[in-house]
Amino acid sequence: MTSALLGKKENVGRREFLKTSAAAAGCLCIAAYVPELGAGARELAAAPPATFAPNAFLRIAPDETVTVIVNHSEMGQGVYTSLPMLLNEELEADWSKIKVEAAPVDPSYNHTIYGVQMTGGSSTTPSEWERFRKMGAMARIMLVEAAASKWNVPPASCKVAKGFVVHAESARKASYGSLAEAASQLKPPGNVPLKDPAEFTLVGKPTRRLDTPSKINGTAQFGLDVKIPGMLFAVVARPPVFGGKVSSIDSADTMKIAGVRAVEQIPSGVAVIAERYWAAKVGRDKLKLTWDDGENAGLSTSKMTEEFSRTSSRPGNIARKNGDPQGALSTAAKTISAEYDVPYLAHAMMEPLNCVVDLRADSCELWTGTQFETVDRAAAARVAGLPPEKVKVNTTLLGGGFGRRANPASDFIVEAVQVAKVAQAPVKVVWTREDDLAGGWYRPKWHDRFAAGLDAEGNPVAWTHTIVGQSIAAGTPFEPLMVKNGVDSTSVEGAADILYGIPNLQVDLHTPKIGVPVQWWRSVGHSHTGFSVEAFFDEVAHAGKKDPYELRRKLLAKEPRMLGVLNLAAEKANWGKPLPKGVARGIATHFSFETYVAQVIEASVEKNGNVKVHRVVCAVDCGRVINPDIVKAQMEGGIVFGLTAALKTEITLENGRVQQKNFHDYQMLRMFESPVIEVHIVPSDVSPTGVGEPSVPPVAPALSNAIFAATGKRIRSLPIRTSDLAQSDEVKS
Amino acid sequence: MTSFTLNGKSVSVDDDPSTPLLWVIRDSLGLTGTKFGCGMALCGACTVHLDGIAIRSCVAPLSRVAGKHVTTIEGLSTDNSHPVQRAWIEIDVPQCGYCQSGQIMSAVVLLKDKPKPTDQDIDEAMSGNICRCGTYQRVRRAIHRAAEISAGAGHSHEKAAS
Repeated sequence: MTSALLGKKENVGRREFLKTSAAAAGCLCIAAYVPELGAGARELAAAPPATFAPNAFLRIAPDETVTVIVNHSEMGQGVYTSLPMLLNEELEADWSKIKVEAAPVDPSYNHTIYGVQMTGGSSTTPSEWERFRKMGAMARIMLVEAAASKWNVPPASCKVAKGFVVHAESARKASYGSLAEAASQLKPPGNVPLKDPAEFTLVGKPTRRLDTPSKINGTAQFGLDVKIPGMLFAVVARPPVFGGKVSSIDSADTMKIAGVRAVEQIPSGVAVIAERYWAAKVGRDKLKLTWDDGENAGLSTSKMTEEFSRTSSRPGNIARKNGDPQGALSTAAKTISAEYDVPYLAHAMMEPLNCVVDLRADSCELWTGTQFETVDRAAAARVAGLPPEKVKVNTTLLGGGFGRRANPASDFIVEAVQVAKVAQAPVKVVWTREDDLAGGWYRPKWHDRFAAGLDAEGNPVAWTHTIVGQSIAAGTPFEPLMVKNGVDSTSVEGAADILYGIPNLQVDLHTPKIGVPVQWWRSVGHSHTGFSVEAFFDEVAHAGKKDPYELRRKLLAKEPRMLGVLNLAAEKANWGKPLPKGVARGIATHFSFETYVAQVIEASVEKNGNVKVHRVVCAVDCGRVINPDIVKAQMEGGIVFGLTAALKTEITLENGRVQQKNFHDYQMLRMFESPVIEVHIVPSDVSPTGVGEPSVPPVAPALSNAIFAATGKRIRSLPIRTSDLAQSDEVKS
Repeated sequence: MTSFTLNGKSVSVDDDPSTPLLWVIRDSLGLTGTKFGCGMALCGACTVHLDGIAIRSCVAPLSRVAGKHVTTIEGLSTDNSHPVQRAWIEIDVPQCGYCQSGQIMSAVVLLKDKPKPTDQDIDEAMSGNICRCGTYQRVRRAIHRAAEISAGAGHSHEKAAS
């Protein structure tokens, strides 16, 4: 696996990708994809006779079934609905006849921006906005041509509606299914014009998810639900310290358990292989193992916090510099400074990791919920000793992803193929919750040190921000793409590109190397910069005796879209109006994944320090909206995800060992703590941007700013600790 | 052999009686709608009904259900017509969907005990079910909606439970 995987765009940063795509969306996609839609694509779609498969994304059968082949993974974000909506906006089939199938792995399905088949970075919509409509339009043109030719009328005299081609003049109509065979004989058109968005009938309308019926009756198939003939189960004992190696194995008690077939050492640990999951799990519990802990045995997150703070006292590699920040700080009327900390975080998807592997002498087939098909296939092929074309990946539904299932090392795939090699039978490798939480690949732990200088009127004139934390990209095939001049762009996103007009500004970065595997986690770098930047901005506002909303308005004067969401959130939340005693508001904005979000949170703190979140008002500008109900759902979900990070979770290590085991000590927000959430969408006709991640970053700062407003206590470390807030004055103002 | 009634049908399995019901249902009986999330009764993804009461099947040994009636998500209806399922569709509750079998099974028991639950009733009955996608607000709305649907329909809907 090399950077070749990433196509030709190695020298372009992540945001630049999106910008390029947004700017060039009109013509690049179709130019790049139409040439691939010949015989190869038809084979991919594996169309039976009489079925119309004009491209790799669509099949229309004589029974009127319309199958949309979706190349992005459904992990809750709604792509199995939003992408068919895009396609059907142009195809105009009967929406009730639409079925969705997961795409196999093939270059035809590569992400139009990232050049591999994957799902992440809130980028599915920008990737497919153009392509899926083109695929639908192409098919419609061919169906019309088939009908017109049958009726011997000009194609332009025909219209389409709800799965029929209609010739009004002669009062004839033909269903898409009845035209499938004839259309399949036609050559795809070279020119595929698209509708004027003003004519959209489906895009922009609240539309029920296509996957809901299967998710309320047990029929939805997740990776963990896959069963293939002769399949065994495996559970793996992994080292208690990252990078540790097994030094002795006593499997005598394990082998006594009925159903246990084998205990085998594999590169990542010791696999217990059994006829049933439960036998494998109990078998693992009974293993007597000793480990050589290796060089990470001394890792301690509390020591890291101290080291990160010391490191942050000197500037790191420059990510952005404007004006003369040090000079402006030294001449400022007032200066303030602060340090912020956030912990390692696990993704904790509800469906623990798993992978089914059927490894044969000349082929390998995988069934798993993955976000990273191309990368995983290459990794599986390497372990299996096969060319990638001999590895088939079946993408199931994902019981949550949040980034974990796009692993840069394909860790859970590689391990499963290694288990299959020793199992000599089809095998399902299952992770327990304990395995998931202790398994690494966390959101990095971060430290942020700020200083700000204010002029005599209380306006910020200088801002410095030093960030300390591990690079996600370092040591992965993504390093050449993401790390420039010692700065991993994802470490400083949301900080180096802040939108506030502050004339003298510096953002710099230290990247310590630590033996804890780290990974992208819903909103990636924004998950820490959103908190630290927006909480420190609140400190700046209070230091200058400014209203935090008004100061934001002033410094965002040249950012109309951010100003738009800020004003909308403030208005809907009644910013400045009285609240019940003890309840206060906090406000935050954040720009991520090309989407603008502002949130106002109402919260109070009980005498015992318990934080109660009453209401979250969220405004979002994600460009043109495809499905407003899905946009709302993603905002709601991201807010709960953000509240869990703000209030509940941290992964800590002592003596190199992860201390959290399960949901009792890695707690999720639950129903009784879940606030009322209101989502307001700014209408827009610019190209759509992603919504899976952008609602996460503003949550922690909006909440901590509310807690400051309620109690006068400034939160500078997450998760917020009840003990820090206990017995505080309930109300400040 | 352990025998019990699953979704209205008699079943017998030869799993060790200490095996958690979850894995008997999933791996031995092939009904995969009931999910594994934590193995410690902390997340509710494995919620099923044992004689009409919501239990966490990941910590219930097979021996506990001998001779009893177990209902899983597959047993609620054959056509998504249970009022809770209808409400879930109407509100479009699920995102990834993995926890939703457990959410629904908890909600069904709540509504059986309290046909018109308050928000506090919902907090109490549903706080054992974690949703990492954060669908809580929609779960709450859908439970209120299911109560309305049931009130309109005026009869019990757990068809396969007994």
